[in-house]
Amino acid sequence: MDSPAVALTELVKRYGRTVAVDGLSLTAERGAVTAILGPNGAGKTSTVEICEGFRRADGGTVRVLGRDPVRQAAELRPRVGVMLQAGGVPPAVRAGEWLRLVARFHAHPLDPGALLDRLGLAEHARTPFRRLSGGQQQRLSLAAAVIGRPELVFLDEPTAGLDPQARHACWAVVEELRARGVSTVLTTHHMDEAERLADKVVIIDRGTVVAEGTPRSLTGAERQLRFRARPGLDLDELLTALPVGSTAKESPSGHYVVEGHVGPELLATVTAWCAAEGVTADDLSVERRTLEDVFLELTGRELR
Amino acid sequence: MTALDFTPAPGAAPLSRMVRAQAGAEIRAVLRNGEQLLLTLIIPVLVLAGFAAIPLLEVPGRRVDFIAPGVLALAVMSTAFTGQAIATGFERRYGVLKRLGATPLPRSGLLLAKTLAVVAVEALQIAVLAAVALALGWRPQGDPLWALVLVLAGTAAFSGLALLMAGTLRAEATLAAANLVYLVMLGLGGVVVPVSAFPHALRVLVELLPITALTGGLRAVLAHGAGLPVRELLVLLAWAVATIALAARTFRWE
Repeated sequence: MDSPAVALTELVKRYGRTVAVDGLSLTAERGAVTAILGPNGAGKTSTVEICEGFRRADGGTVRVLGRDPVRQAAELRPRVGVMLQAGGVPPAVRAGEWLRLVARFHAHPLDPGALLDRLGLAEHARTPFRRLSGGQQQRLSLAAAVIGRPELVFLDEPTAGLDPQARHACWAVVEELRARGVSTVLTTHHMDEAERLADKVVIIDRGTVVAEGTPRSLTGAERQLRFRARPGLDLDELLTALPVGSTAKESPSGHYVVEGHVGPELLATVTAWCAAEGVTADDLSVERRTLEDVFLELTGRELR
Repeated sequence: MTALDFTPAPGAAPLSRMVRAQAGAEIRAVLRNGEQLLLTLIIPVLVLAGFAAIPLLEVPGRRVDFIAPGVLALAVMSTAFTGQAIATGFERRYGVLKRLGATPLPRSGLLLAKTLAVVAVEALQIAVLAAVALALGWRPQGDPLWALVLVLAGTAAFSGLALLMAGTLRAEATLAAANLVYLVMLGLGGVVVPVSAFPHALRVLVELLPITALTGGLRAVLAHGAGLPVRELLVLLAWAVATIALAARTFRWE
C-alpha cells in the first residue's frame, strides 16, 4: 500500500525561543489536494519547508512519500516539485532559459515551451526574470515546480498577489495535476482557493492544527440564518426564545446572523420576534457557513 | 498547442547532463554580465597593454615578459575569486541556491558545475590575454604544463576563498569585500609592482598571499623558464585546503 504523500506526527520547530510549529500532526493523502490554511505566522511555511527538506524538525516525525526528507533527500528530489513563496530564480536569467535548465535536471520533463504557453508566459520566454511582473514570476515558479513531472508538489502561497486571470490559470493547473494523480500540498490564506481546490483543508494556528476536514465538513455542519434590519436591535429577548444552543449576533451593524439548528421552528421564532419588534427582516436567507467564518472563529478575529 | 501530460514520470537526469546544463547556465551568466566582463577581460587586457606600452615602473627584463604572467594570475583571480564570490553571494541572497537544492542536481554537482564554468571562462581569458601579449611581442619560456598546474592550484585556492566569503557574509558585504580584496591583491601581489620593490618585512608577508604565489610561480616558469615552482605551489595548495575545508564547514545555503 502506498504511504501518504505527507505524514507529520507531533512536529516541532523552534527558532531560538520562538516556537513556530508546536506538536503539529497532519496527513496529506496521495492524489489529493491538501490546503494548509492559517493566518500569517501560523507556521505554514515552516511546516512546508520541513517537508521540502530545507529545514530540520526539532521534534516529531516527518515522512514525505514514506521517506525522510533530510536523510533521503536525494531520492525524493526528483519525485517532489517545489514552489517557494518568493524568489529562487536569478534576476538576469530569461524565463524560458530557467525552465529549460530545470527541465534538463529531470529524466522525462514536460516540454518547456508548451508549459510556458499553458501559463500565459510564451511571449515572455526571452524576458529576464526581474522584468516579469509579480504574477508572471509566480507562474514561472509554478511551472518550474511541475516541469519534472513530480508525484507530489508543494506550493507555498501559489496565488499570492496574482490577478484573477492568473489565479484561475494556476487553479486550472492544480486541478489538472489532481486529475492526473499528482498529490498537491499548498498553503494559502485565500478561503475561496481552499474551498474551491482542496480535498482536505487543514487549518493551523500558532503552530498547531485547529481543524481539519473536507471544506464541506468544516463548513456544512452548521447552517445560519442571515437578515438585514434596523441596527441596534436588542437580541437578548430573541436569544431566550431561540432553541438551546443557538446564537445570534449583529455583525456588521444592521446585519444579523443566527446560528444553530436552522429549521422551521427557528425561522418561526425569528420572524415572530421581528414582528414583535416592529421591524421587517430584509434579505432573509439560510446559508451554509463559509470557510472564512470557520477560519475566523477558530483563529480569532483580532489582527496579528 | 502541445498537449501537456502531467501524469507523474519522476526521475533525475544523468549527473553529467545536469552538470553540463548548470555549467552552461553559469557561463552564460558571466558572459552576459557587463561588470563581470569588465573585471575578467577588459581590466586585465588594459593592464597588459598599458603596462607593456608605458614605461612607468622599472622592471627586470622586457616589460611584456614581466607583465604577461602577472596579468594571467590577475585573470584567474578575477574569475575564480571576485566573480565567483559576488555571483554566489547574490545567488544565496536571491534563494537560487535554495531552489536549486530542491532539484535533482546534487550540491556536489552544483559545485562541480561552478568549477567547470570557472575553468571555461579562464580558458577564454587566457586565450584572449595570450593573443594580446603575443601581439605585443611576448616570448613565453618554460613548460606550459607547470603553468597549467599553477593555474589549477590557484583556481582551487581562489574558489575556496570565494565560497568561504559568499557562504558566510551578506551579499552586499561579499560584493564590497571581494572588490576590496581584488584591489589589495592587485596592488600588493606582484602583478604590476614587483615584490622585490617592497621592504623585507612586507615582502615576507606578501609572499604568503595566493596572488603573489601564483604571479611569482607563473613568472618563474614563463619569464625565466624555471621548473615547477614548489614553494609557490605549496602556498597555493595550503590556501586551497584551508579555505575549502573552512567553507565546507561554514557555508550557509540560505
